[in-house]
Amino acid sequence: MTMKKFLHGVAALVIMSASVATLAWAQDAKPAAPAGEAAHAEGEANHAAEPAHFPILHPKEQTWSFAGPFGAYDKGQLQRGLKIYKEVCSACHSMDLVAFRTLEDLGYNEAQVKAFAAEYTIPKMGDDGEMADQPGLPSDHFPSPFPNVLAAAAANGGAAPPDFSLIAKARGVTRGFPQFVIDIFTGYAESGPDYIYSLLTGYNETPPEGMEIAEGTHYNPYFINGKSLAMAQPITDGQVTYEDGSPETVDQYAHDVSAFLMWAAEPHMEDRKKIGFRVMAFLLLFGAMVYLVKRKVWSGIAH
Amino acid sequence: MSGPSTYHPKSALGRWFDARMPLPRLVYDNFVTDPIPRNLNYMYTFGGILSIMLVVQLLTGIVLAMHYASDTTLAFVSVEKIMRDVNSGWMLRYMHANGASFFFIAVYLHIARGLYYGSYKAPRELLWILGCIIYLLMMATGFMGYVLPWGQMSGWGATVITGFFTAIPLVGTWIQELLLGGFSVDNPTLNRFFSLHYLLPFMIAGVVVLHIWALHVVGQTNPTGIEVKHKTDTVAFTPYATVKDGFAMVVFLAVFAYFIFYMPNYLGHPDNYTQFDSLKTPAHIVPEWYFLPFYAILRAITFNIGPIDSKLGGVLAMFAAIAVLFFVPWLDTSKVRSANYRPWYKFFFWLFVVNSIFLGWLGSKPAEGWYIPAMQVSTLYYFAFFLLIMPLLGLIETPKKLPNSITEAVLEKNKGGSGHPVGAAAEPQTKG
Repeated sequence: MTMKKFLHGVAALVIMSASVATLAWAQDAKPAAPAGEAAHAEGEANHAAEPAHFPILHPKEQTWSFAGPFGAYDKGQLQRGLKIYKEVCSACHSMDLVAFRTLEDLGYNEAQVKAFAAEYTIPKMGDDGEMADQPGLPSDHFPSPFPNVLAAAAANGGAAPPDFSLIAKARGVTRGFPQFVIDIFTGYAESGPDYIYSLLTGYNETPPEGMEIAEGTHYNPYFINGKSLAMAQPITDGQVTYEDGSPETVDQYAHDVSAFLMWAAEPHMEDRKKIGFRVMAFLLLFGAMVYLVKRKVWSGIAH
Repeated sequence: MSGPSTYHPKSALGRWFDARMPLPRLVYDNFVTDPIPRNLNYMYTFGGILSIMLVVQLLTGIVLAMHYASDTTLAFVSVEKIMRDVNSGWMLRYMHANGASFFFIAVYLHIARGLYYGSYKAPRELLWILGCIIYLLMMATGFMGYVLPWGQMSGWGATVITGFFTAIPLVGTWIQELLLGGFSVDNPTLNRFFSLHYLLPFMIAGVVVLHIWALHVVGQTNPTGIEVKHKTDTVAFTPYATVKDGFAMVVFLAVFAYFIFYMPNYLGHPDNYTQFDSLKTPAHIVPEWYFLPFYAILRAITFNIGPIDSKLGGVLAMFAAIAVLFFVPWLDTSKVRSANYRPWYKFFFWLFVVNSIFLGWLGSKPAEGWYIPAMQVSTLYYFAFFLLIMPLLGLIETPKKLPNSITEAVLEKNKGGSGHPVGAAAEPQTKG
């Protein structure tokens, strides 16, 4: 009987430790969102107009093909997302860590990747020691739209647009208690793409009455760092042409580019989940066998 | 190990070896025939689990170091190269990063078990203190390791934590600059942290050897807190403890694997996927989750105490929160070890556990509004548990009647349980 209590104790401790653990994650760099909501609930015009905690609204949770233990990227979606990045985002946002060769993950063959890379010109040093623009190779990384971070900042009102290589893992909105505990059991790990989707589709809202929006910035209640951001709505319906018949809407664009950015940040996710399943299956089976052995060994001993 | 060695090598090579360097005898005596109390429960398996976590961290860390570059211009990118281009690099790195967290989960459960069963009482004071030293070394290692990926939280965490030292009068700034290798977190900081992050785990391994040595001299405690009196109180380490520890390890590794493969970034901070920028301060700088209770204690001191200003007071409180652990063997005045026989201590112990978790939660919150008084009350209880409750409760509490021996306790429990005698008919969970 005491044993039972202990097992419960252990379980409780594990859950509690894990809960505390999650706080490191749950506490994002930004103040807790629930506090912002509480302010709303009070209905004070002041708070609604000048909230102190961001984002004003929680990201909208979406369904992703790559979510869950058996999740996998939708290659068609990644290809559409790449098209959006190339035609829209890459005008301002670099993606330094992603090499063209890895685009084979998106279902392209070697020749297609080679052709894709060659569409870019990348300044390289020739054999004569002079810098010259040359067509990109599969081994090259996506070139930055600006020569350096100062140029990027100067061209964008003082703040350089963030690099996109890891953006899907570098943004996470506080989930709050008890959601962050529930997340352990549901395996929720899509806060990055949910955030990007919400931001991209969150532009056309009217700011609450009395809210001051700084000049040159754009209200977006999903922005993690304030009530408005320097980037104007980057994409509108019909802006990018899809060849596979997918709807050419902001909603679809936002889904596709968020999925693509998740891939860019975590290119080995599919491998990870596949190996994970084998590891888990092995450990559970092995664990069951060890348990049976343990029972047998201890069967003659009162303890 | 207790009693004379019963190791008899069967082969000629074994005898030859034994006469020259009896390492197999040492292993045999300590991990095969060593008698352990027969009533150990699963809370006693975390020592073994911690050993394999140390090995996991060493092995993954050594391979990661082969691919890592400790230079401020390269560190962040080299970690991403590991994640993207190194074969199975993502797995090694996720194992190592989550491994640190699971190492701490195991060590906190291990420490909690020690506090619950009074494992620190004579003659195990030194065993406990060696454990505290390991914990301290783990904290230093974990902190320095978190700096290496050179993300925003790496750099800013290092800035904040090394900044604590400036609170120390006279030598504070000197210590801080020594740690940083300059006036702010920069390349010299990264290099020395990398060097120390590689060194400290081997020091941990050394102290672990001493910890296990001390353990095998005094023997393990057990849930009754009564010392082993007779041979019937014990079973042989192998197969009994080996298979039980083995099962617990597999279960622990399964939870660990769940995090590595399905939510590898859950325990980390999103800001650490942005490269460190010494000109851009994050809105809230938070340390790794396993330091959060201490971070709350640090920030609970918002007032000056005589000549001690709030900053120094906070730093002293934080260090005292760890230092107090070293004195636990002498702070607890109770003659009874196990909380099972100390109803009041049991209550205060669980309150301490809940309070520590609450402190961790507070540590993740900004120091504003009601969080501050909450941090202060929680901090007060944290210290009161060690400095008031432990010494006083031992003097005034009436413990329950202790059984005469481990064997008696075990037989009593089995009789009272399912009504069945010893053996296969018992419920699985009563057999843990």
